[in-house]
Amino acid sequence: MDYILSIIGPLAEGSLVTLKLFFITLSLALPLGLALALIRISNNRAASTAVNGYIWLMRGTPLMLQLLFVYYALPFLPVVGVRLPDFPAAILAFTLNYAAYFAEIFRAGIQSIDRGQYEGARVLGFSYGQTMRRIVLPQVVKRILPPMSNETITLVKDTSLIYVLALNDLLRAARGIVQRDFTITPFVVAAAFYLFMTLVLTWFFQRLEKRHAVYD
Amino acid sequence: MPSMTEAAALTSPMIVAEDVRKRFGSNEVLKGVSLRMAKGEVIAVIGPSGSGKSTFLRCLNHLETIDSGRIDIEGDTLVANDAQGQARYVTDAEVRRICARMGMVFQHFNLFPHLTVLENILAAPLTVKGMKRNEILPKAEELLRKVGLLDKRDAYPSRLSGGQKQRVAIARALAMEPDIMLFDEPTSALDPELTGEVLRTIRQLADEHMTMLVVTHEMGFAREVATRVAFMDGGELIESRPAAAFFAQPEHPRTRAFLESML
Repeated sequence: MDYILSIIGPLAEGSLVTLKLFFITLSLALPLGLALALIRISNNRAASTAVNGYIWLMRGTPLMLQLLFVYYALPFLPVVGVRLPDFPAAILAFTLNYAAYFAEIFRAGIQSIDRGQYEGARVLGFSYGQTMRRIVLPQVVKRILPPMSNETITLVKDTSLIYVLALNDLLRAARGIVQRDFTITPFVVAAAFYLFMTLVLTWFFQRLEKRHAVYD
Repeated sequence: MPSMTEAAALTSPMIVAEDVRKRFGSNEVLKGVSLRMAKGEVIAVIGPSGSGKSTFLRCLNHLETIDSGRIDIEGDTLVANDAQGQARYVTDAEVRRICARMGMVFQHFNLFPHLTVLENILAAPLTVKGMKRNEILPKAEELLRKVGLLDKRDAYPSRLSGGQKQRVAIARALAMEPDIMLFDEPTSALDPELTGEVLRTIRQLADEHMTMLVVTHEMGFAREVATRVAFMDGGELIESRPAAAFFAQPEHPRTRAFLESML
């Protein structure tokens, strides 16, 4: 027990890195994903095709590869070539990757809204932007809560990939202690940390779903 | 008070449609439909399904675009043919300004499910007209009282019957103070015992001399409430006459055949 208490400190520090990456990625990838989805369903063929290709690229290659690419290969690219410090590199790769998944969730949600909602708004004089903001997106939020819940829980666990950039997240902190003390207890404690985080997320989404269920 | 015909002569027609043509792919759904509508008229558009009556109604407020022909709303041109005989619409801003004078009620209500009854009615005045909540609230409550649903103001649409939903939809359209109301089969999605309450609401509007175009299958309603009945079949407007004359002596054989099939 004393041993567990002694390793909680460093693991909690690792969790902070994990949570920081989680929240920053989420707050950047959600708006970016929504923007991508709106472009994807727009009438602009070229832009829509470009977004389609982007989503194919980001979903079709491993996140790990994207992380390594942003960190190691980006500096050698012409024009955009900059060397990012490890944490910003991780943020960039995660945001680009998750925005692609979020875009598909938003798109599915938007396209599930009945055409009658657009017509109902249109005959009342709503512009396209007003229809989206006031009528369509509020209903989309409710419909995409279950897949969003899935995706954010995956994001919590995917953060562990940043160990390849030698960032001291929760999992890497645990592995360090395992190698130092020759015991697997830190892994078990790390698992408990992850479970706690995903439990909080699950609760959060359940409450959101309940709140949006009032108009069912 | 001047009679209906005199009043009509004094003002420009509310709706003028001339030779409106529309095709979906190779299927010509409107084969040159013309209709003039005076202020205060209630026109019931009847006809078999697939006759183009709903499409015609939807063309009037730009939910569908036409291929050729002309549509004027209260003297303002919405669309007219160019030199090549192709329909040319006015600018988007003009289209919105002109179409804002028409309210529309749909077969499937199209209420906003995430908003309460009251919020459904307030949504457009707040968002589109930029009105203040306390400016529009009395009017919204008055409209709800008028359609008999003031006690449901805080309910969500999912808690309402079909007839109640449609009455909310009517109140929602009226909140934008339209000059013309378009109804696209307003009772077709309702259980038979619920059509009466919706038709009564529409009749109430007719008594207030609202100009209305009603696509309907309700022959009784057409006979009693409409000032004129227009019969459409196969993408054409076959005849359009005062309701009493229309039902007493239908002129066209297709009209007679349709009316007989309805009995």
